[in-house]
Amino acid sequence: MKFGVPKEVFEGEARVALTPESAKQLQKLGYDCAIEAGAGAAAGFSDKVYAEAGVEVIEGAKALWDACDIVAKVRQPDETEMGYLREGQTLISFFNPGGNAEGMEKAKETGANVIAMEMVPRISRAQKMDALSSMANIAGYRAVIEAGNNFGRFFTGQVTAAGKVPPAKVLIVGAGVAGLAAIGTSTSLGAITYAFDVRPEVAEQVESMGAEFVYLDFKEEQQDGAATGGYASVSSPEFREAQLAKFRELAPEMDIVITTALIPNREAPELWTEDMVAAMKPGSVIVDLAAEKGGNCKLTVKDEKIVTENGVTIIGYTDFPSRMATQASTLYATNIRHMMTDLTPEKDGKLVHNMEDDVIRGATVTYDHAITFPPPPPKVAAIAAKPKEKVKELTPEEKRAAEVAAFKKQTRNQVTLIAVGAILLLGVGLVAPASFMQHFIVFVLSVFIGFQVIWNVSHSLHTPLMAVTNAISSIIILGALMQIGSGSWLVILLAALSVFMAGINIFGGFLVTRRMLAMFQKS
Amino acid sequence: MDYGFTTAAYVVAAVLFILALGGLSGQESAKRAVWYGIVGMALAVFATLIGPGAGLWVLSAILIAAGGVIGWYVAKKVEMTEMPQLVAAMHSLVGLAAVFVGFNTHIEAARIAAMTADQKHLLEGFAAVVAHKTPVELNILKVELFLGVFIGAVTFTGSVVAFGKLAGKLTSKATKLPGGHALNAGAAILSVILLLLYMNGAGGWTLVLMTLLAFFIGYHLIMGIGGADMPVVVSMLNSYSGWAAAAIGFSLGNDLLIVVGALVGSSGAILSYIMCKAMNRSFISVILGGFGGTTGPAMEVEGEQVAIDVDGVAAALNEADSIIIVPGYGMAVAQAQQNVAELTRKLRAQGKNVRFAIHPVAGRLPGHMNVLLAEAKVPYDIVLEMDEINEDFPDTDVVIVIGSNDIVNPAAQEDPNSPIAGMPVLEVWKAKQVFVSKRGQGTGYSGIENPLFYKDNTRMYYGDAKHSIGELLPKID
Repeated sequence: MKFGVPKEVFEGEARVALTPESAKQLQKLGYDCAIEAGAGAAAGFSDKVYAEAGVEVIEGAKALWDACDIVAKVRQPDETEMGYLREGQTLISFFNPGGNAEGMEKAKETGANVIAMEMVPRISRAQKMDALSSMANIAGYRAVIEAGNNFGRFFTGQVTAAGKVPPAKVLIVGAGVAGLAAIGTSTSLGAITYAFDVRPEVAEQVESMGAEFVYLDFKEEQQDGAATGGYASVSSPEFREAQLAKFRELAPEMDIVITTALIPNREAPELWTEDMVAAMKPGSVIVDLAAEKGGNCKLTVKDEKIVTENGVTIIGYTDFPSRMATQASTLYATNIRHMMTDLTPEKDGKLVHNMEDDVIRGATVTYDHAITFPPPPPKVAAIAAKPKEKVKELTPEEKRAAEVAAFKKQTRNQVTLIAVGAILLLGVGLVAPASFMQHFIVFVLSVFIGFQVIWNVSHSLHTPLMAVTNAISSIIILGALMQIGSGSWLVILLAALSVFMAGINIFGGFLVTRRMLAMFQKS
Repeated sequence: MDYGFTTAAYVVAAVLFILALGGLSGQESAKRAVWYGIVGMALAVFATLIGPGAGLWVLSAILIAAGGVIGWYVAKKVEMTEMPQLVAAMHSLVGLAAVFVGFNTHIEAARIAAMTADQKHLLEGFAAVVAHKTPVELNILKVELFLGVFIGAVTFTGSVVAFGKLAGKLTSKATKLPGGHALNAGAAILSVILLLLYMNGAGGWTLVLMTLLAFFIGYHLIMGIGGADMPVVVSMLNSYSGWAAAAIGFSLGNDLLIVVGALVGSSGAILSYIMCKAMNRSFISVILGGFGGTTGPAMEVEGEQVAIDVDGVAAALNEADSIIIVPGYGMAVAQAQQNVAELTRKLRAQGKNVRFAIHPVAGRLPGHMNVLLAEAKVPYDIVLEMDEINEDFPDTDVVIVIGSNDIVNPAAQEDPNSPIAGMPVLEVWKAKQVFVSKRGQGTGYSGIENPLFYKDNTRMYYGDAKHSIGELLPKID
């Protein structure tokens, strides 16, 4: 079958869905590859390079769409392109199915099968084809670079002969893929980076990237992003208030603010209000990655860079991936190639559209004259970490109650033990003569002292403990010494042997203990 | 000297012994504590020598000195890796001494019983005490000495077997005679019957026969316990030697013997308890020998053991920031502690965070690894216990497992059918990379397959530990 990629028709779009590298991989899967002349030019891939990789270069979009069984592209196809679609053809592209009912209707009528790249489910197996993530990664990186481009100072703090330079302070709102990429870029440039997200469980990820997580002073249980497939959802008004208050507090200090907060299929939430912009220092930069959905800052103008009255630059570009077309194309083409690998289980150049497969089913929006959007929830749970079993914070009263209960239990145990011990002791005392009881009490007390003392011995000293107890257990020598003076030769012999053996033990035990202890040294 | 002075000396000695044990709570105070023990012992011996009942003190002093020379020689010469054997051997001496003293008591008691009232008045010391006992007290005396001899005899043969196993002179496998524990139980019941006969005046032969039975129990009991349980066995024998001393103390009416015996006995008991807890096994199941029966087929281990060469390990170590070394009995066997310490010094000189994780039952003696590392001059503040370090493994770059197996076996947590299921283990597999220095493929002492070796982040570094670690040294820069 033939796999083809047309030139992007969207104004300013520089990416392309096929690179010479990915073409080679697709050929290994058994596909013939074709590309529209000039499609890769803007991303730095000339027709010649494609031809060298064995890709057929076709003049004109119509010719390409007609020639190919599978068409892959980047941007959502426009009306003309939808017109090229034919029955049985497979289209792989960003399709915006949530806001493109018309396009789906059209595809359903023509009978084309459409796979929407943004619908790839967020499960571990599908990460390799998650184009949203790979594009968001680029967007995050590029956002910092754009901000730096418009920011008049260094990111990193320096002390130079020409004076001291303070480090830039960067706040990143939303720690999704784009946010994390931005954090990584920002910290590696040397800026002091802060990050915020409504999902508290990402704090760990944020901190692992070297940024500081901005915690809210908010008691309500924050929602768990894992429940919504790793995306943020709408938060309560109280939470929003707390969040805005925190931002207001941070605004005057921040040099660069990058907002990445998007909620799927909704307008972007307003997080950076006008008064925060007003509070910022002149020369500060705001990069609004949510500009496409209306922006996290209401002053943002889509696709433009503006400077406010107080000298704050607000960047509202929506084409960050396209601005890094070579990189973006490489990653996107790889995502497409992985999708094709999954669609070609036999590696024989025959596309098998398996609607039983979670990933393929999830991404398919029209199939065989039917709209299959929205997909059923995937059988495998989302990638986000399992909700941690949160240990319930105990109130002071509960803590106190638990302590009292533990104390009572301990007391009960001890009293029981003492009572049982005392009864046993009394029982022995009833039958045994007084002279025995004298020794018996000494014995019981010694056992008691032994238990008390030995629990405190540190673990690392257990071997010396054994050596020393071994040495002092040769106290048995006393018995032998008391008997050695007896009249019987047998007693003298046995006692003498005992004294001799105990002598070995005393000296050996103590000396070895001393030797061992002398070795323990502090660094 | 009169009786009062001896008693006073005993009280001081008892206090000194308690301080000696209590001082072991910290490395620094322990050094002082040993002196308390030595002074206490010297005082006790001196007070007894000049006290009532003692005679032939020249002979005694010569014997003590002779024993001391041997003890001194052994203590100087012993390798730190041979510590478990030495401790076991010394326990056997205490056990045998207790048997002899018990016999003596019996002979003395019999001799005094045969005396007339006039002769009894001439006696002094221990004999005098015996002479003035009432019939009930005499019966109690018999029980006490019987018990003392019994425990002493078990301790003696048990320690000899433990010594043989630890020194590699006997197979470390759990072996039992046909009949198993029924034999032990039978011998014990027979001993009780003999005790009853003895109390009814059956004479010395019951005592001798019981001693032989106890010798058998000690032998058979310890033979039936596998090498991996040795830490428990050694501390258990330690405990027994204490109880034997206490029982003899009762029969002699000597409080110092009782006090010290009880201290040693409870110390050993606590150590046994700690060891058992560290293996998540009950004391009974350790004594009954071998690992408990499995409840089902063990989990199949998938994957393969991937080997790595010295350059690979060196490269990973050079890149790592935090390193944890997990030593086991294999390090002791290979005498690798000096090389390990040298490796630690080199890595620490580069500013890396190197620490040691010690499992409570690593080695063949409680705290065995600590002593070996201390011998090699590894500072004790980087040698940590399992509970202190287990949470740090996920943040660790490289873990080097040297000659340990069961204590790092993930099956304890993952496989409910594993014989060691539920035993607390060092979670080394959570680290980014694990190197296992091991002689070759194969299972550990307990013969349990270790899934750790098959994990993706585990690399096997085959070879004798001393040699392997030595080869690493010049490559760390």
